[in-house]
Amino acid sequence: MEITVDGEPVPGVEGQTVAGVLLAAGRKSWRTTRSGAPRGVFCGIGACFDCLLTVNGVPDVRACRRRAADGDEIRTQSRADA
Amino acid sequence: MTRVVVVGAGPAGLAAAAHAVRAGAGVTILDQSDAPGGQYHRQPPGAPHGFEAVLSRCTWWPESTVWAVDGKRVHVLRGPADGTGRQRHVLEPDALVLATGAHDRTLPFPGWQLPGVFTAGAAQALAKGDRVAVGKRVLVAGAGPFLLPVAESLLAVGAGVLAVLEANPASTVRKGWSWRDARKAGELARYAAALARHRVPYHLGRTVVEARGDDRVREAVTARLRADWSVVPGTERTYEVDAVCVGHGFASQPELAVAAGCALDGGFVRVGDDQRTSVAGVFAAGELTGIGGAVAAAAEGAVAGCAAAGGVPDRALLRERDRTRAFAARLAAAHPIGAAWPGWLREDTIVCRCEETTAGELTRAAGDPAAPGPHALKLGTRAGLGPCQGRMCGAAVSALCGTAERHHRPIAQPIRLGELADAKEIEA
Ligand SMILES: Cc1cc2nc3c(=O)[nH]c(=O)nc-3n(C[C@H](O)[C@H](O)[C@H](O)COP(=O)(O)OP(=O)(O)OC[C@H]3O[C@@H](n4cnc5c(N)ncnc54)[C@H](O)[C@@H]3O)c2cc1C
Ligand code: FES
Repeated sequence: MEITVDGEPVPGVEGQTVAGVLLAAGRKSWRTTRSGAPRGVFCGIGACFDCLLTVNGVPDVRACRRRAADGDEIRTQSRADA
Repeated sequence: MTRVVVVGAGPAGLAAAAHAVRAGAGVTILDQSDAPGGQYHRQPPGAPHGFEAVLSRCTWWPESTVWAVDGKRVHVLRGPADGTGRQRHVLEPDALVLATGAHDRTLPFPGWQLPGVFTAGAAQALAKGDRVAVGKRVLVAGAGPFLLPVAESLLAVGAGVLAVLEANPASTVRKGWSWRDARKAGELARYAAALARHRVPYHLGRTVVEARGDDRVREAVTARLRADWSVVPGTERTYEVDAVCVGHGFASQPELAVAAGCALDGGFVRVGDDQRTSVAGVFAAGELTGIGGAVAAAAEGAVAGCAAAGGVPDRALLRERDRTRAFAARLAAAHPIGAAWPGWLREDTIVCRCEETTAGELTRAAGDPAAPGPHALKLGTRAGLGPCQGRMCGAAVSALCGTAERHHRPIAQPIRLGELADAKEIEA
């Protein structure tokens, strides 16, 4: 399975969450807060909303709750464009 | 036939469904996840989960998020998490069992917002569900026996665990654990042996008081704690890390119960002897009513399911539930949260992660005679107004400001405006 993150191909394993794919690829953050600080996964189960990103054009998807599907186009997200 | 809806397919919800079916009810069980099991029985997708027999006797709705309840009417969105175009459904059962579980509770400390700082549960979920290790050099810290299986799971996916730190000293922990918990003690001994095999030290009375790094965590500072969790000066130690996992127990997810009008006690749903809440026809089970682990959650679920179906829970079910509840109480006594933790914070330490409200802003606002009350405090500092609506910071903010924590979140799970505007609700 492969997804793209801001246009770059990233391999994953079938069944992994988007967060799992990104972390396995060594990415720890993919969102910035209002102050510009980086954020990634914190709670891992959908409660903290730190891990938001854009999946196939749909913004504000929790990476820890969404299963990655082959061909998904992920865009990292800042509060400015949310 | 009595129609029962069970929200949540963790240990509590699955036991509730099984016992409601056994008592003759028609049961619909749903979960926002695409697999049953909840937090405890988490597995990579597709793996056999052992609940096939129960689910085959119910109507099983995976990927079904309950975003609101009014009375016993349950509003459900069906489809992938946070997607667009999910289907809206309404269920109106005779009885409702809420078993929505808990999320980690984490106290704030300088640097806890850095990428690479995870809740203990997140590390566990990523290890069990995704087979991903959150780091190569990981510190696990906080309070409670849950830290041990977290460390074990991290080791199983190839993470290096530098140490496991229990904040409470041995004298406190000893107060709760006893010979009565032989089965649990055996489980702990197994975890301890796994740690020893990997030469992972387990320290009591020590914790992570600061995470450092620019773009991500690179260093963690630990310190020795007194029984009240104040730092013993001069005992600080710095570790080079690429991940820190922290958990100070769990906080229940009572949003749906609050929406239904159920009374709470200290953040937990108040239940009677047969798991009945203060609202007629609404039952609650599992971590919603108190933190006791998977066995306690299942014992409560069994009683709730039977009662919701109109049955009378037999003595054995009630006895098992009471036994696990007593264990939960001892666990809470053994792993309390020390009152002096705010001493770890600095003026600029972030407390509300979403809105980046600092400890200094909160204590100033709380001390301002013109801004009393939790509502004014929230509007003035923005703490709790971000997307998580105070799930992560609520307990800490109320502890720092001396106010009551608010659990009222009318929308329990996010719904897109387009989905809300869509008038089509399918009645079932
Ligand atoms: C991240 C995490 C990992 C954990 N891992 C372990 C572990 O490995 N070992 C261990 O002993 N304990 C673990 N625990 C502790 C665990 O909470 C309990 O021991 C046990 O799982 C509690 O059972 P439960 O049925 O009460 O809740 P849960 O198991 O949490 O089940 C609740 C279920 O409700 C669903 N749900 C919640 N809200 C909604 C909604 N609005 N709509 C639809 N569905 C909803 C959730 O998706 C979930 O499946 C973990 C806790 C957390 C937070
Ligand atoms: S990590 Fe908390 S919502 Fe995804």
